[in-house]
Amino acid sequence: MQPPAVHHGAMFDTDELVINMGPQHPSTHGVLRVVLRLDGEKVVNADVVIGYLHRGIEKLSENRNWTQIILLTDRMDYVAAATSNVGYCETVEKLLSLEVPRRARYVRTILCELQRIASHCLWIGTHAMDIGAMTVFLYAFRERELILDLFEEYCGARLTYNSMRIGGLPLEIPPGWDKKVLEFCKIMDSKIDEYETLLTHNRIWLERTKGVGVIGGPEAVALGMCGPALRGSGVPRDVRKDEPYAAYDEMEFDVPIGTAGDTYDRYLVRIEEFRQSLRIIRQATQGIPEGPIVGKVPRLIKPPAGETYHAIESPKGELGYFIVSDGKSTNPYRFRVRPPSFCNLQALPRLVRGHLVADVVALIGSIDIVLGEVDR
Amino acid sequence: MAEAPKVPEKKVAPPSGPPDPPPPADKAPPAFVATLQAALPGAVVATSYWVGDWTIIAEASRILDVATHLRDGSDAAFDMCSDVTATDWPPRAERFDVVYMLYSTRHRHRIRVKVKVGEHQPHASVSGIWPAANWFEREIYDMFGVNFTGHPDRRRILMPDDWQGFPQRKDYPLEGPGELLMENPLDWLRLKQARDQADIE
Repeated sequence: MQPPAVHHGAMFDTDELVINMGPQHPSTHGVLRVVLRLDGEKVVNADVVIGYLHRGIEKLSENRNWTQIILLTDRMDYVAAATSNVGYCETVEKLLSLEVPRRARYVRTILCELQRIASHCLWIGTHAMDIGAMTVFLYAFRERELILDLFEEYCGARLTYNSMRIGGLPLEIPPGWDKKVLEFCKIMDSKIDEYETLLTHNRIWLERTKGVGVIGGPEAVALGMCGPALRGSGVPRDVRKDEPYAAYDEMEFDVPIGTAGDTYDRYLVRIEEFRQSLRIIRQATQGIPEGPIVGKVPRLIKPPAGETYHAIESPKGELGYFIVSDGKSTNPYRFRVRPPSFCNLQALPRLVRGHLVADVVALIGSIDIVLGEVDR
Repeated sequence: MAEAPKVPEKKVAPPSGPPDPPPPADKAPPAFVATLQAALPGAVVATSYWVGDWTIIAEASRILDVATHLRDGSDAAFDMCSDVTATDWPPRAERFDVVYMLYSTRHRHRIRVKVKVGEHQPHASVSGIWPAANWFEREIYDMFGVNFTGHPDRRRILMPDDWQGFPQRKDYPLEGPGELLMENPLDWLRLKQARDQADIE
């Protein structure tokens, strides 16, 4: 078999083998291609090839009006669409210097945290399945279904919600919805323990994740890693705490951090994030203030000329939007997304170096990427 | 026959650059900006403040000095390069703005550094200072064609390797590549304009 073409065009030593993983590999979580240079079964280097899902969302957004962009943001991180919506809407609100009603900020917080749990459910299911634990996948998708039902009741969609508007939310929450959310929290509490029973002290799981892909805090920061992948290395960086948005400044929660910076610690951080998310949802649901759900928004949105960068904490990490308005037209002059998966994926070659081929799969799962967001 | 009704077309002149409003008189820039100005005289062209964000507009030729100072200075300590991106302002001679979004995990503050870069002008890569900038700069090269120098791995990242043209530029058509476009985007644009003209007549 011919080895696949490598972009460098470099000559490799004869005792090194180049193998191609993806883009149709089931555990690359989409269309990711990794070209691995192997010495025996050890990875010498990896080259990450992306772009298979590039749809030009940035270019497209520069030709649509401000409201039409919200549904494009759904299509980036499609397993956590609500957080992408929040990030975009808040950036435009910042450009417009718009006040969002407190009630809307609370509901946004609830939706964001539900979304974080749904995204982490998908992560734990697929990550464990990649490593070989099939059961967790079935368990986690059972709970994810409950969250999707809650979203369906709120906005009618199960995956791409289009659930935010500039200045607030499109819909009032349905009657009794908050009770259902609290009920879900109660169910979820015991389910997290269930996942932990299956994995946390499992010998095989420990063997496969402990000491795999160790990265120190300063190095992870320099590589631009973010979110749970960075916190697993012991850096207490969480946009919800450092630069609060929505109603996070009124919520009480902890930011879990790891110590070793390996795959196991990144797993523990996300497991603890499940619990912290439930804590936030409980506080927010019990404290939803009365009032309007959408602020005073002009019919034609036309922010004054200027530019801004605004970041939020998506389930994968720091999701930033850099938007430039020229003040004349009804579409943004420049629309840029800083996708967290993109930055975490950049660290993959550094993480896999020196590990076995089988660990590559564990590490791709451990940094939790969504290719829709990487490629935009 | 009377003259065909003109298709109403709101043509606004393309903006020639960002407004970059200067900070209001009662707003003092963060302390590290003054330190930077003192350490590297002439490197900072202007400062700007808009909706709560501070921006330093720096001299493009001195970006490496500015970046190193911002990373290593104890009052700045910008150890994280959150994002690097570009904006295209075609009427301007130096048409690109390369924008660096920096964050400090120690002091928990942000700054935006902006430089003006011409179309063929070589621009130093900061990937030696923040490894995170590696892919960001590859994306800028891919989308805008900014000529980065000293980059360890300057390839296209999102578009295919043999792609012609730079999709995020303002003069690149949205409708996507026709056969002709693959060879020369400008021919394609001229053809499209001629077709539009024919439709109106």
